[in-house]
Amino acid sequence: MGIQGYLIVSTILFGIGAFGFMARRNAILMLISIELMFNAVNLSLVAFNAFLPPDANAGAVFALMIMAVAAAEVTVGLALVIAIIRTRQTPEVDQYSDLKE
Amino acid sequence: MVGGGLAVVTLRNIIHSAVAMMICFGSLAGMYALLGAPIVAAAQVLIYLGAISVLILFAIMLTQAGDANLPAPFHRQLPIAIVVALAIVGLVGWAVVQTDWGLAVEAAGAAVDEIATAIFTEYALPFEIISLLLLVAIIGAIYLARRPEEDERAN
Repeated sequence: MGIQGYLIVSTILFGIGAFGFMARRNAILMLISIELMFNAVNLSLVAFNAFLPPDANAGAVFALMIMAVAAAEVTVGLALVIAIIRTRQTPEVDQYSDLKE
Repeated sequence: MVGGGLAVVTLRNIIHSAVAMMICFGSLAGMYALLGAPIVAAAQVLIYLGAISVLILFAIMLTQAGDANLPAPFHRQLPIAIVVALAIVGLVGWAVVQTDWGLAVEAAGAAVDEIATAIFTEYALPFEIISLLLLVAIIGAIYLARRPEEDERAN
């Protein structure tokens, strides 16, 4: 499989993540979809590093850094979601309508 | 892997979605290994399969009221979401297919010890910044997830 195959898989995964983020109603599932998009970008970075390396280590180091940032993001995101669910008693995002006019 | 990803966003029960996410991340680790990046594959298994999946499963268990009556999984934005997601996939996929990847030949993957040396020499500053970011994230998460009653007791 060439670089195209990996990039297309990554694109499809990113599309699935974007779709899940926009279409699902559960706040935790929206976070999972964000993780899917992170992973898609990570896959494309590692694929570029394997096929068109600017420097043999850059892609792997980038991917590791992105994983660390994603871990930080999901920690804060889940804490926020749990705090919201505790106050609103529902994980459904379309019922969070306090700011609606 | 794509099937796992699709299952994540389409399954009705959110616990099934989380398990599908673990399958998807596991096969991604396999793809990293195929791409000659064993350290990224190992980090994927440790961080995503080990840590983030367990964190998300715990969050689901904490918030799930019981799966007797599962609500409709999709928002009313569903048609727009399908269109936008297909547009993203189509546009990026078209760019990937149109580009001439003639120069792209598979290079040998970097050895684990080389990457470790690079992290602690060339990329030492980002490494330290990320450790600080993780610390801030942990403190922020503890603060956010604290129950309001404890807040009052502390005051």
